[in-house]
Amino acid sequence: MAIVKGSWVAIGWGTNEDLIIQILAHRNAEQRKLIRQTYAEAYGEDLLKALDKELSNDFERLILLWTLEPAERDAFLANEATKKWTSSNQVLMEIACTRSANQLLHARQAYHARFKKSLEEDVAHHTTGDFRKLLLPLVSSYRYEGDEVNLTLAKSEAKILHEKISGKAYNDEDLIRILATRSKAQINATLNHYKNEYGNDINKDLKADPKDEFLALLRATVKCLVRPEKYFEKALRLAINKRGTDEGALTRVVATRAEIDLKIIAEEYQKRSSVPLDRAIGKDTHGDYEKMLLALLGHEA
Amino acid sequence: MALLDDIEALNKAFSGFGVDETSILSILGNSNLEHKKSLRQGWSKFFSEDEYGFERFDPSHVKSLKLEFKRFRDAVMLSVLHPWERDARLIEKAIKKGPKHYNIIVEIACSRSSEELLGARKAYHSLFDQSMEEDIAAHVKGSERKLLVALVSAYRYEGPKVHDHVAKCEAEILATAVKNGDRKKPIEEEEVIMILATRSKPHLQEIYQHYHKICAKSITEDLEGHGILKDTVECLCTPETYFTRVLDLGLSVDADEESKKAVTRVIVTRKGALVKDVQNKIEGCLKGFYKDFMLGLIARGEK
Repeated sequence: MAIVKGSWVAIGWGTNEDLIIQILAHRNAEQRKLIRQTYAEAYGEDLLKALDKELSNDFERLILLWTLEPAERDAFLANEATKKWTSSNQVLMEIACTRSANQLLHARQAYHARFKKSLEEDVAHHTTGDFRKLLLPLVSSYRYEGDEVNLTLAKSEAKILHEKISGKAYNDEDLIRILATRSKAQINATLNHYKNEYGNDINKDLKADPKDEFLALLRATVKCLVRPEKYFEKALRLAINKRGTDEGALTRVVATRAEIDLKIIAEEYQKRSSVPLDRAIGKDTHGDYEKMLLALLGHEA
Repeated sequence: MALLDDIEALNKAFSGFGVDETSILSILGNSNLEHKKSLRQGWSKFFSEDEYGFERFDPSHVKSLKLEFKRFRDAVMLSVLHPWERDARLIEKAIKKGPKHYNIIVEIACSRSSEELLGARKAYHSLFDQSMEEDIAAHVKGSERKLLVALVSAYRYEGPKVHDHVAKCEAEILATAVKNGDRKKPIEEEEVIMILATRSKPHLQEIYQHYHKICAKSITEDLEGHGILKDTVECLCTPETYFTRVLDLGLSVDADEESKKAVTRVIVTRKGALVKDVQNKIEGCLKGFYKDFMLGLIARGEK
């Protein structure tokens, strides 16, 4: 841990961002945890508090998110999302649907520890209406993770989905129940059957009103459950193309997926935009923020 | 006469909760053909003259005797299971058996700790290849579904921290829902479900206290007749009241089979947390190995 000690001297006297990037970007969760512990023992203060004082905005946020353990990170992001306004429903759904059942569980445990309440009570009390109807069961789920699929059930539930969607009953209890409780494999089978039987992808049928935010969330939910890499590709694309760049989304996606499937997402991005992701990021961001993003893009898990 | 004594002893051994295996063994174990014939002819409670010339065993008694013989076996099987498997299996059965058994789901979801409930959900994945919440959501219809799914999905904060002014607001929400009960059932009120299914138990206790101040009655009193909603409220903060009630019902003279089964379930799952005076009732009502086993569980007291 000589590397750790040496560089933290640099932190105290005006931060050496390059060194921070070098040290943190290419470590996995276990190693980052060790770095944090070692720092705390040596300097009597949590690494993140020290970083907080020395760094600024986008770069800091990216470092902060990256250094947190995955469960803590998800708890932090979820808590932040319950305090902000509507766009944050997306973040809650993203965490609930793209993590594995155990990852979501660990996030809920980390939430207890850090915020002294449960994730579901915060979601229940900070969301309203149809959004709450959907989000509360999503964050409370503990989905079965096996590959077994019941084709008869897939058929009957595809029928239910089709009925409700055709009747514009988008907040229907059964529709939500299927998306919020069934295993991902089962949902996948159901949606395949839906397409075979009724001709369209379910998300096409859910586009009835392009301005409806609830429908947008439903579509995103479906995508997260069965094609997360496509969901994240789109999130990145929108963040980069947005006038002025949505650093919040960019940071979040890169920090949360770097250890999981960022490489696959980058491939999807290139397929869809004909531009490699690192070049797009390079064009749109600058300084240490850009350097850290690119370092995470090349991260070996 | 020895025969009459035997019949009286057998009547005693076969009546009530469980069977007195020792008496049965000593009387019937030594019984030869003659003795058995005399028993059947003299034992009017269980045997009657059939028109085809034999003493026939009364069919309804056959049925209830089988249940009583089973009691010890079922208690042992239940107590041997890991608590997670036990709770998962109890819930799965309750779902399949229908609305009259939904209180068992509430009982387990609300009286267990967050980790115990989580464990049951994990066991459910393994035993039944689906999640507990999807099974409930798919099989329970009507107004109880939302509450039950929400209760089993909870992973409550277990620390002591309570938000007093929030508790007050939420007590008012509950009070309003109860007051409007004739217009809309409280169990269908989303706010009610949310409060009961997401808040921590200490916080809920605060809510109940505020409720009592606002309404001059306890929330459990006000929810009398509201089925599993009342059970929910009771199990969350005063589980002893709920369990004592279930035990009293099951140990009473005209208890039906389901209530009697509940006695086994409650004693096996709660053991040490039981009120001591239950022991006397058990001494009086239960019989045989079943009684000894139940008393042993209570005496040992651990979970």
